[in-house]
Amino acid sequence: MNLFQTLQTGAGAWNPLLWLVALAVALGVALAIRSRGRKDFREGAGRKPFISGNEEPANGGGHVPASNLYWGFLESLKSYYVRVVPLHTGVPTDYVAWLLGVMALMLVVALTV
Amino acid sequence: MMDTFVMRHLPALLIAVPLFAAFLMPIVGNAGRVARNAWVLLGALATSAVGLALAWKVLATGTVLYVFGAAAAHLPLPMDSGGIPIRIVFQVDALSALMVVIASLSSLGITIYSLAAESRQSGLETFYAMLFLLVAGVLGMVSTGDLFNFFVFLEISSLAGAALVAYRVDNGVAVEAGLKYALLSTLGALAVLTAIGILVGQYDALNLATLASRLQFTTLDKIALVLLAVPLAMKCGAVPMHFWTPDAYTTAPSSVTAFLVVSSQASLYGLFRILFTLYGHLLQFSWATFGWFLIVVGVLSMFVGVTMAIPQKDVKRLMAYHAVSQTGYMLLGVGVGLAVLGNADALATYGRTAMAGGLFHIINHAMYKGLLFLTAGAVFYRAGTRNLNKLGGLGHDMPWTMVFFMIGALAIAGVPPFNGFASKLLIYESVFRFSPFLSIVAMIVSILTLASFVKVFHSMFLGPRRAEFAAVREVPAPMLAGMALLAVFVVAAGLAPRPFVDHLIQPAVDALVDRAGYIAAILGGS
Repeated sequence: MNLFQTLQTGAGAWNPLLWLVALAVALGVALAIRSRGRKDFREGAGRKPFISGNEEPANGGGHVPASNLYWGFLESLKSYYVRVVPLHTGVPTDYVAWLLGVMALMLVVALTV
Repeated sequence: MMDTFVMRHLPALLIAVPLFAAFLMPIVGNAGRVARNAWVLLGALATSAVGLALAWKVLATGTVLYVFGAAAAHLPLPMDSGGIPIRIVFQVDALSALMVVIASLSSLGITIYSLAAESRQSGLETFYAMLFLLVAGVLGMVSTGDLFNFFVFLEISSLAGAALVAYRVDNGVAVEAGLKYALLSTLGALAVLTAIGILVGQYDALNLATLASRLQFTTLDKIALVLLAVPLAMKCGAVPMHFWTPDAYTTAPSSVTAFLVVSSQASLYGLFRILFTLYGHLLQFSWATFGWFLIVVGVLSMFVGVTMAIPQKDVKRLMAYHAVSQTGYMLLGVGVGLAVLGNADALATYGRTAMAGGLFHIINHAMYKGLLFLTAGAVFYRAGTRNLNKLGGLGHDMPWTMVFFMIGALAIAGVPPFNGFASKLLIYESVFRFSPFLSIVAMIVSILTLASFVKVFHSMFLGPRRAEFAAVREVPAPMLAGMALLAVFVVAAGLAPRPFVDHLIQPAVDALVDRAGYIAAILGGS
């Protein structure tokens, strides 16, 4: 049995082995480009990282907390979140109401088709 | 002859072994920690071995029948029964075998993990007794061919699951989550029981195949369908009935959460069994309607799940919303199959592929989501917090946990070459031919999933070492072994998806579509 046979999707195909070969080739090209870089560069040799002109924070101070990530995404979908988040009330009777509501809706659908 | 005896009684042993392990746990637990752990490991290994042997037998020889209490365990119709299978029958076909494989692998991994992860807790005899009951409940749900028996196992898994969710108490937070899970499970089970009563009242049968052969799709049958389908959709965490999921998954111990995912998938199995096997062709005038029920609920689950996950700060709550989201893929894939069940061309062209994608995603999700919950538990075990705002820099001291997390995160986001990509690719390409819009939504959800897990990876593992985690080190070997077991499957099913699809998934799709075959296995083609 060939473990790495191509997976047919009906419209396309997928072979992870070929993908890994392609990945290896891409890595090889990347390493080849890297090897052509400057040989005289030494890490930390008097250079500071450029952080929009700000000083580099002290050790540990540069870690961005999770709440600060994707602020823009959350802000742009604010009108969605202000409607969806309050639905998650944590109140058991609300949970039951949703279950019964869906059941009632599906009863109407089932009895009318 | 031992092997013959064991092979003949595998369906009974599938339930008997975990029940035996559970009931003897309080006694063995009194003999000390070593004896208890040995018993737990033995029970988990034996349960998994029986499960995998049964699945192998089914996939090699076809549907396995087991009639409890009959002189001949493979004959469902006693001579004097009037053609009715009066005893409890286990009917394990390829779809059941798929679910048994999932439960067997997952339960082994999480049990090994829990030996170290729960070692600091008290009341472990009760914990493991409940865990084995949960495993028995799930295995029974996916193996039985009897509707009332399905209800009994559903109850066993629900009650054991609720007890395990509340196990850590956690100043009442866990108890509240357990209570919510128990409340909704009980209400759902009540609806299922009412539906069973309606069907028995009309057709004098509890056997699934017998009921399927007699169903007339009367008004009462339609009511029973809703009373069965909606609670099972709720139990698998489908939006908008998913609210219990983040509460329960967050507060349960991580090893339990990993298996609650499988428990939810057993309800998904029940939903598919009801729609395809019990009602099947009776839905011919409304295949599209019920197919679209699964599709709409699936798309809602995908989108609401992932968008609710992104702002979360508790890593397990974030992962719980992703579990909701991933369930949407399964509902979408199988829903498309159901929607085109009456169209032979569409079913052959893309319907079966969509169903294969949905079913493949069930086993893939059980493995990578189980793995992710275990990594979250490993981080909590060492760092003592699940708050992403407080975590950071753990990659320096927990390299193996970080690698396992990366494997799970890339798999859930559908990044090649991991298993999540293979099943999602099947779903994307087949669903695209049904509705390009749905396929695009599925892809966008995957991108958002990747974004969400990049945030988790950054928050937990990246950054310099932090002073408050100076004492953190890698988790004990049993926890790593449990995670490694699931990670190996994630990588293997990603690198070589074709054998899994050909030998495990396609037979399950065939079993799901072949309603007449399921009935004939019991009633002999009548």
